[in-house]
Amino acid sequence: MSCRDCSLCKVRGNKCPSISQDCGRVLLMGNPNVGKSVFFSRLTGTHALSSNYPGTTVGFTEGTMRYGGKTARLIDVPGAYTLDPTNEAEMIARRILNDGADVVILVIDATALERNLVMAMQVLEHGIPVVIALNMVDEARHRGILIDIPKLEEELGVPIVPTVAVTGQGLSDLIAKMEEAKISHLQPMSKEVRWQVIGEVITKVQTVTHRHHTAMDRIEDVSAHPVLGGIMGFLVLILGFTAIRFVGEGIITHVTDPIFENLWMPVLEKLNTMLGEGPVRNILIGTLIDGEIDLEQSLGVLSTGLYVEFGMVLPYIIAFYSGLSFLEDFGYLPRLAVVFDALLHKFGIHGYAIIPTLLGFGCNVPGILGTRVLESERERFIAATLISVGIPCVSIQAMLSATLGEFGMIYVAAVYGILFCVWLVLGRIMHLTLKGYSPELIVEIPPYRMPSMKAWLNKLWFRIKDFLYEATPLVLLGIFLVNILETIGVMEKVAKALSPIFEGFLGLPSATAVPIVMGVFRKDIAMGLLIPLELSASQTLIAVVVLAMTFPCIATFIILWKELGTKRMLMSSGIMITAALLTGGLMNLFFKIIL
Amino acid sequence: MNLLQVKDEESAVIKSIPQGESGERLEALGLRVGKRIRKVSGMPFGGPITLLLDGRHFAVAHAIAGKIEVEGLDSPPQPAVEKSRLWPKFI
Repeated sequence: MSCRDCSLCKVRGNKCPSISQDCGRVLLMGNPNVGKSVFFSRLTGTHALSSNYPGTTVGFTEGTMRYGGKTARLIDVPGAYTLDPTNEAEMIARRILNDGADVVILVIDATALERNLVMAMQVLEHGIPVVIALNMVDEARHRGILIDIPKLEEELGVPIVPTVAVTGQGLSDLIAKMEEAKISHLQPMSKEVRWQVIGEVITKVQTVTHRHHTAMDRIEDVSAHPVLGGIMGFLVLILGFTAIRFVGEGIITHVTDPIFENLWMPVLEKLNTMLGEGPVRNILIGTLIDGEIDLEQSLGVLSTGLYVEFGMVLPYIIAFYSGLSFLEDFGYLPRLAVVFDALLHKFGIHGYAIIPTLLGFGCNVPGILGTRVLESERERFIAATLISVGIPCVSIQAMLSATLGEFGMIYVAAVYGILFCVWLVLGRIMHLTLKGYSPELIVEIPPYRMPSMKAWLNKLWFRIKDFLYEATPLVLLGIFLVNILETIGVMEKVAKALSPIFEGFLGLPSATAVPIVMGVFRKDIAMGLLIPLELSASQTLIAVVVLAMTFPCIATFIILWKELGTKRMLMSSGIMITAALLTGGLMNLFFKIIL
Repeated sequence: MNLLQVKDEESAVIKSIPQGESGERLEALGLRVGKRIRKVSGMPFGGPITLLLDGRHFAVAHAIAGKIEVEGLDSPPQPAVEKSRLWPKFI
């Protein structure tokens, strides 16, 4: 292909290092969970998310790499077990391969050679130059698996380089060998013949000896135990969320609060005196509470806007993604899928759906994007709707304690409890009413691995960066809009129009309509708007639950639209609003009866 | 006999797998006819079956496990990975 068509250069403003020559096209292919993404980040020098979980890279990433004095585009093809597609990722993999390439780097997991050879042979039969990276040779040796590499090279007809991607071992050999990439002598064959050939190759090249049980194996045994595995799953979740709270609060008390109070407040105060009374001050700094700037309640773009985003939510985001990324790289998440399969099965989604659901606790956006790992459209709809209704994101959780904490932790716990019940009931109802087919769980459980610190930090950094890019403009814009709408009196009209629903049905003062409508922008600002209303404990509880369940924030809404399409997005939104109003109404009824 | 009927920690040889999409997924993962597997456990309440194939763990939904026909091995030869007992059987 010519340089002109190379999308990378367009992205980088024509600064392609090989502007005078044609770009090569290199594919990085392999089964899920073989360390492909680690290769990608090491070969390109740029960073791609890499993880110990099958299927996190649906869609594909590309970057540039240099080999043999040439520059090439390196495409990280989604992990596939076979090129006879059984899911979306495999379909994409096949399509990318059909587009052709100068070289294919085929990553094979040395600890599961036989299974990996299925897709490897299919690629080799394609008549395209290939070089094989036999990865995780260290782990294979540790497991007592010995592979005769020269013999395997002979059988497959392409060069093979032993590698350990996490440590970078063998990477330079691989780049050197790319110039010797060959087209294999293997011809297209039927599935049956291929299995036969693989069987013969395996007996020729691989010897397996006995090995001893390691500590990691023991934890693996516990996590697969019918009772202990379940207990472990719940313990991991409870411990995880406790740790997130602890770390999040710690960052707030020791880092962000001191920064805001000691460094930012003096700046705001100076600005305040400089600006004096007027609309500009109202928007930037907001209303003074008892003659002073209040970071939580003033509602200015520079006061509350920045404080909510960086002082209250960001610490929790850091804590949450540290924990999640660790569990992901450690290889625990697929086991959680096994533990939760029986429960989620009752909702017509399989255990895999627990992973996007957990992601949703950080931010609903990656959660809903994560539902792509589910195979059928019906599953994706159910999982995405359940996430946007019943899973409170970090922003909501961080604001929960701000709004309800003063009434006691029991109210904060009640929100989680109610949302969990809604999640259960709604899931069951959707499973019973929605048409369509939900496939069953069939999944490989990768062995536990100690994550590499570098990959873990990289991933953490990327997730935090994504959050900041997504959220910051919306928070600031949201606060800005509230102030404008407030000034021109639109908010009052909205509140009045919705007051029958709020006063009669939910038992909330009509002013509550403003924060709930504002929730469309950001849930965290909306919750902040509840604080000055001075609602009673039960009213705050109802408002918070309704706010958490209704319409997702604008970013989630856009992703939901993109992922589900207009019709299904409208259906999903309808379900959300109905569920939120019903739950709020029922809670109101409940409080009326018992109080 | 199907995979559900195999006792935990016993080995069996796969005799047939279901047709269609789930069968293709099983095959792609290497779970095909003639392969020797070892059942590790079954999760309660109709949860998935965990099994060991060539030293790797796989989880298969309850409904699919019921459709995988196997033949039990009376005296299983020394398996590739030795499993140590962690807890008494009654747990």
